[in-house]
Amino acid sequence: MKRFNAIRIGELVRIAVLVMPLLLGFGAPIYAAAEVHGEAGTHEAAAVHADEVHGEAGEHAEGGAGDVIMHHILDSNAMEFEPFGKFPLPKIVIGGFDLSITRHVVFMWLAALILLLVFGYVGNKYKSIKSNEAPGGVANAMEALVEFIRLDVAKSNIGEGYEKHMPYLLTVFVFILVLNLLGLIPYGASATGNINVTLTLAVFTFFITQVSAIKSNGIKGYLAHLTAGTHWALWIIMIPIEVIGLFTKPFALTIRLFANMTAGHIVILSLIFISFILKSYIVAVFVSVPFSIFIYMLEIFVSFLQAFIFTMLSALFIGLASAHEGHEAEGAH
Amino acid sequence: MLTSGIIVLSGGLLDPNPGLIFWTTVTFLIVLFILKKFTWGPMLSALEEREKGIQNSIDRAQTAKEEAEAVLNKNRQLLAQAGADADKIIREGKEYGDKLKAEITEKAHLEATRMIASAKDEIEQEKRRALTELRTEVADLAVKGAEKIIMANLDAEKQKNIVESMIQELSQNRN
Repeated sequence: MKRFNAIRIGELVRIAVLVMPLLLGFGAPIYAAAEVHGEAGTHEAAAVHADEVHGEAGEHAEGGAGDVIMHHILDSNAMEFEPFGKFPLPKIVIGGFDLSITRHVVFMWLAALILLLVFGYVGNKYKSIKSNEAPGGVANAMEALVEFIRLDVAKSNIGEGYEKHMPYLLTVFVFILVLNLLGLIPYGASATGNINVTLTLAVFTFFITQVSAIKSNGIKGYLAHLTAGTHWALWIIMIPIEVIGLFTKPFALTIRLFANMTAGHIVILSLIFISFILKSYIVAVFVSVPFSIFIYMLEIFVSFLQAFIFTMLSALFIGLASAHEGHEAEGAH
Repeated sequence: MLTSGIIVLSGGLLDPNPGLIFWTTVTFLIVLFILKKFTWGPMLSALEEREKGIQNSIDRAQTAKEEAEAVLNKNRQLLAQAGADADKIIREGKEYGDKLKAEITEKAHLEATRMIASAKDEIEQEKRRALTELRTEVADLAVKGAEKIIMANLDAEKQKNIVESMIQELSQNRN
């Protein structure tokens, strides 16, 4: 037993001695450079060209970090699967508008496909199920989600008449959620990290909010609310403020979702790039990887959280517009 | 070179992209309508139906509970009523018994008194008759006794002496 332990310890020491120089980063620039380029085939090849690569690659890694991060986050006209290849996407221009299918569009379609498959299946289940039967499996899981949105988001924020907003709230929730999560898979991208996407979704909420406000207060009540019930002499100040107020809400929705998703990706990539910038395996093993795994976990949580917050705030704005503002306007007169 | 700041300012991150907006709108609307028709509709109606079913069950259970409570209360009332009735009956029986007892006792008492009185009367009468009888008897006896005594004590010599002495006395007294 003792002898066996001694052998094992000896072996461990030998392995540690072999690995230590690597960890301490003697050869780090080579490996870092090799990985950043993503094309240096084998270690031997890299080692041979070590000297000539060194100067240029180090600089490139430092200077390229920001570019790589931005490249990762921004939309592009190609699907990239780094070591395997790059597929250009079609460019469509109609009437001077660039309607190209970009990477984020592809991921949006992917999300739509996933949603249609999953929820088509669940919907089918619900059509065949009887009212006294309990749903099982995926249907049950989705039901918990739907029930959560229905009771804790829609019913508690919109109140009466929440049923007609349910399809929008549910769709926006699952759509954003899947888009967020698609950004976390390898080669994935978050379309919700693009301000155009979040802006579009926020505009939907904005339109629904305004329409439900007009429906519940009438055109007159809606316009009266823009004056905030003040004396007519103050209207010249109040009306612009109220109009700005109308647009603040969707603006906040847009920026919140976009910034959260973008920030998460930037943090993960930055943590990874720390090891390339510092050219150290120690940093990679003890800082970059654990921290980026931690942030990744956090991102999974944030994906759910941001989808929930977007839905929640949409419900809240609709609720405020349709019920509360009506009372406020009435009270002001 | 770097940095993201310049890229942001030059319109990388905040770059408006009408194509993406268009495709987002189209995709989102398609997803919305398909899901609305095929999933949210059936799901929400199923949920509502189930909610109603559960509410109905709860209501029914509540009604059943209330009914059971009412029955229980009624039973309790009946039981209390029965107890009270039994008490009343017992009390009435007791009262009746007491009354009967008192009546009978009184009647017996009266009867006894009457009987004693009549017995006394009879005794008195009997006594009186006996006394009368006794008196006549005693008188007869006394007369007979006296007759016997007189008959026995009647002595001629003595009588003669008595009469002589009396005559003497009388003559003396005249003197």
